[in-house]
Amino acid sequence: MWMIKKIGVISCAGEEIPEGTVSRTATRIVIEDLCPDNTLTICLPLFTAGHEEERAFAINFPTIAVDGCEKRCAEKGIRRFTGNPPDATIIVTDIMKKCNLNPKSRVQLDEEGKRLAMKVAEAVAEEVDKIMEKQLEQSEIPE
Amino acid sequence: MSENKVLVIPCSGIGKAHGTVTRQATYYVLEKLRPEKTQTTCLALIVVDDEEALKLVKKYPCVTVDGCPYECSKKNLEAVGGNIAGSVMSTKVFRDNRDLKPESVTELGPKGEALAEKVAEKIVEEVDRILDGKS
Repeated sequence: MWMIKKIGVISCAGEEIPEGTVSRTATRIVIEDLCPDNTLTICLPLFTAGHEEERAFAINFPTIAVDGCEKRCAEKGIRRFTGNPPDATIIVTDIMKKCNLNPKSRVQLDEEGKRLAMKVAEAVAEEVDKIMEKQLEQSEIPE
Repeated sequence: MSENKVLVIPCSGIGKAHGTVTRQATYYVLEKLRPEKTQTTCLALIVVDDEEALKLVKKYPCVTVDGCPYECSKKNLEAVGGNIAGSVMSTKVFRDNRDLKPESVTELGPKGEALAEKVAEKIVEEVDRILDGKS
């Protein structure tokens, strides 16, 4: 069977810190601009609000967690409600350290915040490509 | 956190523009309308049972702010025994302000921002009622 699955990109969207706004924005950039054909997103709180559809998707399809900080809520949520770790986790603070971009506001991203969101989105897109390649390798191409 | 505060917890739903409205409305309350009286915590922390976040939502009165009938903020707080003292639904505010349609999840646009301000006013009503001790 030759089947390429879409990838769920799940963001923490943490309200307390600018990094949460970055994780949310980066996720939208991935699903709207960088990988619109291969990705979709799911609200993390919907998992616990008891929505079987969202849980079933995360169980049966590859997922990428996008977390704002080391608390890794999106990753933990995926593990907890699907029984499996995500296929990849991107943490905003890790990327901040690498590129020295520090967003100041959680309300509206400033220029640094926007640039950081794009860097995070690019890192997510790289993981999307890796997962897609892996799926292609594992697929049986029909005669 | 001071004793006399209210936690405002939006759903921040990432799939719908109303999720962004709840988030922006919450920030409007926290940073402009009632900065001394309100605070937030990440809903995701509550979702994964973070100890500190759970202590906060059990101790302080909370206003949940939801963007769709799934009511993720309210339901997640109920699930952990949070102290829910008020709830606001942005879609209900939208019903009374049909001309304020948000443009998209990423860009609310002027009308969406105006809707967020209307939702913020509803949150403030709840915050003031809670702090005044009215049921």
